[in-house]
Amino acid sequence: MAKKNNEDSYMAGTRVKIGTSDKIIRGVGYVFVTLYALACIFPFLLIIGTSFTSETVIRAEGVKLIPKDFTLRAYEMVTKGGLIWRSYILTITLTLVGTFVGLAIISMTGYALQRKDFVLRNVISFFIYFTSLFQAGLAPYYLLMTQTYHLKDSYFAVLLPLLMSPWLIILMKNFVKSIPFEITESGKIDGAGDMKIFTALILPMLKPALATIGLFLALGYWNEWYQSSLFLSSKITVVPLQYNLYKVVNEAQSLKNSIAGQFVSLADIPTEGLKMATAVLATGPIVLLYPFVQRYFIGGITVGAVKG
Amino acid sequence: MSNNTAVKTAKKKPVSQMTFGQKVWRNRTLLFMCIPAIVFFIAFSYAPMPGIYVAFVKYNYGKGIFGSDFVGFKNFEFLFQSGKLLELTRNTILYNIAFIVLGNFLAIFVAILLNEMQSKWFKKVSQTMMFLPYFISQVLVGLLVFNLLNYDTGFVNTVLNKLGMEPWGPYSDASVWPVLLVIIHLWQTTGYNSVVYFAAIMGIDAEIIEAARVDGANAWQKIRYIILPGLRQTVVILLLFALGGIVKGNFGLFYNIVGKNPLLYSTTDIIETYVYRATMTDFNFATASAVGLYQSIIGFVMVMVVNMIVKKIDPDYSLF
Repeated sequence: MAKKNNEDSYMAGTRVKIGTSDKIIRGVGYVFVTLYALACIFPFLLIIGTSFTSETVIRAEGVKLIPKDFTLRAYEMVTKGGLIWRSYILTITLTLVGTFVGLAIISMTGYALQRKDFVLRNVISFFIYFTSLFQAGLAPYYLLMTQTYHLKDSYFAVLLPLLMSPWLIILMKNFVKSIPFEITESGKIDGAGDMKIFTALILPMLKPALATIGLFLALGYWNEWYQSSLFLSSKITVVPLQYNLYKVVNEAQSLKNSIAGQFVSLADIPTEGLKMATAVLATGPIVLLYPFVQRYFIGGITVGAVKG
Repeated sequence: MSNNTAVKTAKKKPVSQMTFGQKVWRNRTLLFMCIPAIVFFIAFSYAPMPGIYVAFVKYNYGKGIFGSDFVGFKNFEFLFQSGKLLELTRNTILYNIAFIVLGNFLAIFVAILLNEMQSKWFKKVSQTMMFLPYFISQVLVGLLVFNLLNYDTGFVNTVLNKLGMEPWGPYSDASVWPVLLVIIHLWQTTGYNSVVYFAAIMGIDAEIIEAARVDGANAWQKIRYIILPGLRQTVVILLLFALGGIVKGNFGLFYNIVGKNPLLYSTTDIIETYVYRATMTDFNFATASAVGLYQSIIGFVMVMVVNMIVKKIDPDYSLF
């Protein structure tokens, strides 16, 4: 077989055939990509499997891909008291409000800054862009947020800083660039003001941009834990889902220590299972939604990647 | 279209003859549309800047930043003399170099392999799977890694145990983390980065590839002489911009995996994690700000230099 293929590739000048090197590359490709793709989802399967496994089995045998003694005990623990559902409501609210407000501001700004006849466009563009070149750093930011704005323990400390970024505004500008200026001009001829042109003519054409940037914003809010870790102290019981996960992961040990010695036996407290079930609940919606929205992200990466 | 020009000439004064103030007034709606964004960046990016002054004082909570005693460069001196700053810079830069070089190499490799595949279904499914790690929070990444590697219940030790081998305890062994963190970073970002390169490959003229195929080029020759040279521009630009961010660490990754485990600090402490602990655990705002300022200045210089180089290579790609 191999010999024949070699001959094929020698003769390929006259006949287009699949040669040996093509087969090798394709073979390597299928094997490597398959293994790599499996490695990408394996840790997720491990978490799901372990979340349905009893604490006793986890302690004795380690994490499980396929639960040995199927149990919902960890999920019962997580959902007991309903705190996680309140975290859900908080996260969904932050995500919806933040994405909507952020999109409104980013699209307005992106359109105005792409208008050739706007004299201040370069000044404002640089004013925004400069913030990605030079930052004050964490300590001054923290002091300002807590001492000047008094946002400690406020959900606004989570909502506001994630509304936009220079990168998202540039991405929007790149999308707007593809809309011909004639559209704006035709609106002007019809006597429409700039705001009317934007809402009636431009926005409908920006649908793919709104989908892509909206998803980046929504993902940012859904995965938010950092601002929460800075500004939400232990006084706040209802926290965003990912920060809740962060707390469960980091405090499982202390929880175990605090319950130990009471009427329940140590192996009965599903600290490991608790982490897994919280992770599944906190991440589940985004993983389920993700195959449907993936193409918008890919669109966004290809528009905004190189010219970042 | 004919009344188009009529309306234009009917306007009172041509734009070219307007004063600057008149031009701005004409654009007032556009300016108004930018106001929320301007306010945002003033409030969250510019307003903290005067607070950088805290790096030059002996911070006293009661007196506030601007009431505290000025100490000049004392906060920096300590950081330089103790070697801390050097260690943090070294860790941050070395990790980033590994991330950038290996990350781009792997992403190009995957993109080229994907491009060679015939099955659309396979391409789609594998890309979906590889893209997944990019969508999850860094907190979950920390937990996924813990699940694989922890001493008592981790997957690796479960397997080692079944094979009758000694258990492995990376969470108390600092020496293995440079390799592990690079692998984890690649795991999370390759799917995303390969999309960028895949798009760049798609942008290569299909006719050239087809012509080469008709001329008898095999897959390897096609990759070697058409695709790789075709990607060179994208690679150079992406590498340069990555270089511009070389003193900026991936805080979420390091903090969620290493956390507050001092056993691992010697090989895993980067500028961001140090600043975070100094701010949030020690409330040592002066030191934190000194390190932060040092990082911002180096980062700023790096971007400027990189942008200058990019401008020379291809002005279209330069940032400003």
